[in-house]
Amino acid sequence: MDDLPEKKDPKRKPKSGMSRRNFLKISGVSAVAPFAAPLIAATSVLEVEAQAATGMQGPGKVPVTLNVNGKNLNAQLEPRVTLLDALRDQFELTGAKRVCDRGTCGACTVHLDGKAVYSCSVLAIDAQGHQITTIESLSQDGKLHPLQQAFVDNDAQQCGFCTPGFVMACKAFLDHHPNPTMEQIKHGVSGNFCRCGTYAGIRAALMQAAKTAKGA
Amino acid sequence: MIPTQFEYVAAKSLDEALSLLGKHKDDAKLLAGGHSLIPAMKLRLAQPQVLIDISRIKDLSYIREEKGQVRIGSMTTHYQIESSDLLRRICPLLPETATHLGDVQVRNKGTIGGSLAHSDPAADWPAAVLALDAEIVVAGPKGERAIKADKFFVDLLTTALEQGEILREVRFNTPQGTVGQSYVKVRHPASGFAVVGVAVNLSVNGGKCQSAGVGITGVAPKAYRASGVEKALQGNALDAKTLSVAAAHASDGVDANTDLFASGEYRRHLAEVYTRRALGTAVSRAK
Ligand SMILES: Cc1cc2nc3c(=O)[nH]c(=O)nc-3n(C[C@H](O)[C@H](O)[C@H](O)COP(=O)(O)OP(=O)(O)OC[C@H]3O[C@@H](n4cnc5c(N)ncnc54)[C@H](O)[C@@H]3O)c2cc1C
Ligand code: FES
Ligand code: FES
Repeated sequence: MDDLPEKKDPKRKPKSGMSRRNFLKISGVSAVAPFAAPLIAATSVLEVEAQAATGMQGPGKVPVTLNVNGKNLNAQLEPRVTLLDALRDQFELTGAKRVCDRGTCGACTVHLDGKAVYSCSVLAIDAQGHQITTIESLSQDGKLHPLQQAFVDNDAQQCGFCTPGFVMACKAFLDHHPNPTMEQIKHGVSGNFCRCGTYAGIRAALMQAAKTAKGA
Repeated sequence: MIPTQFEYVAAKSLDEALSLLGKHKDDAKLLAGGHSLIPAMKLRLAQPQVLIDISRIKDLSYIREEKGQVRIGSMTTHYQIESSDLLRRICPLLPETATHLGDVQVRNKGTIGGSLAHSDPAADWPAAVLALDAEIVVAGPKGERAIKADKFFVDLLTTALEQGEILREVRFNTPQGTVGQSYVKVRHPASGFAVVGVAVNLSVNGGKCQSAGVGITGVAPKAYRASGVEKALQGNALDAKTLSVAAAHASDGVDANTDLFASGEYRRHLAEVYTRRALGTAVSRAK
């Protein structure tokens, strides 16, 4: 996916601005966003060597090093590749899911320096130098993390597609709120959606995990 | 949903970012938290050829109080504002506004500068900075200038920022004396943005309103200061009647937005009701 064929038309200069009409597709004013993005694009192919001196990188592949779950992982990526796509397609860490791909649903949630972020909306190149933690790091020696166990115990998943993102959002929340109230839970994990409607189970799982952590 | 190709450069200082911006002009876009820009680039509504990442510039991320002024660097995240003990103490309006903004993941990445520069008509920060009568400090090729918040928002997605300029800081006078603040919001159920958001910053003396700042977002193509409301409060006893009379001016002279979710008429109605509530809460908090 890094090498998508682009339609090249040298006369057509891509615009960096947004038009008033197009803007309505993403703004807060009109939440109903028709996904009718015009597929016009052009690339200026600049000399890669000349860029090195100025700190410019791309638009082709450049070396990227990501610290994921304590390990440095290397890949050649175009600057436009998101952290989510790098994790899934380059490093085979497929726990984080790609659902909306636009920072709305939370299925792609991972931690950046201990904070929950939407990996679909962070560029991989921009995640360099930060500590990235994914769902794959939670279970140890085949044993589920207490939070994962709490999800199982409380029927906090049905299809399971939102679950890895939800677990990571809950993990970040618990790290910051060891003694959560129900109100804090509702506010604190509101960035994740579950199509199957397992919210009640997830809240119960959070409460259980908080108790387990205290008992431990 | 993959953006068009671009060159990426992480600026190490404000000067470097300014010079890169000067060089690439319209072909370039600044990248802050990316939470408005990256979705737009994926939808190819924005197709910059060069992305200048300014989020790593350390001296653009701070919250300080000095010489009676609060200063917030443009790359300060929504979360840093939400969790700032200093702001909770001296200007609780800002942390309160942050808690209403998006969700945890958005607050962890998005920045106040990115939000103000983007100037979404339903964004939360514009209401708060208007209520605080803040100044937006921008750096450009010819040096710096400070723009009053009510001159900064020009139109839908349009600010007073000019080609080559970077929003550097938001600053305002530390609220003094007996102060009551509040932010109330009608959240759009799907996007979380403000259908209507009202920020209030009152200074009270002997039960009377000494000065009032009221910023309203979501209603019009740009956030605005509700000067009709402010005038109706000034010098008056802050009783229920005054608040009602004042709130009736919430959308005076405003061309209200209509969309699938809310008609202009409904937005005006909400603006009045939520202004009354925001004023009531601010008065009850004035201590
Ligand atoms: C799911 C979701 C929900 C959201 N909900 C809300 C909400 O409820 N309320 C709300 O207010 N916002 C909401 N937002 C928007 C969010 O607050 C964004 O973070 C913010 O609008 C943009 O800030 P950013 O740092 O991410 O900027 P970016 O996306 O990086 O940049 C936005 C624009 O501003 C320009 N820019 C950035 N920084 C500067 C600067 N210093 N000087 C000049 N130009 C600059 C960029 O070039 C770009 O054009 C939401 C976003 C998402 C994804
Ligand atoms: S896939 Fe990232 S938020 Fe939905
Ligand atoms: S379990 Fe199916 S989406 Fe959440």
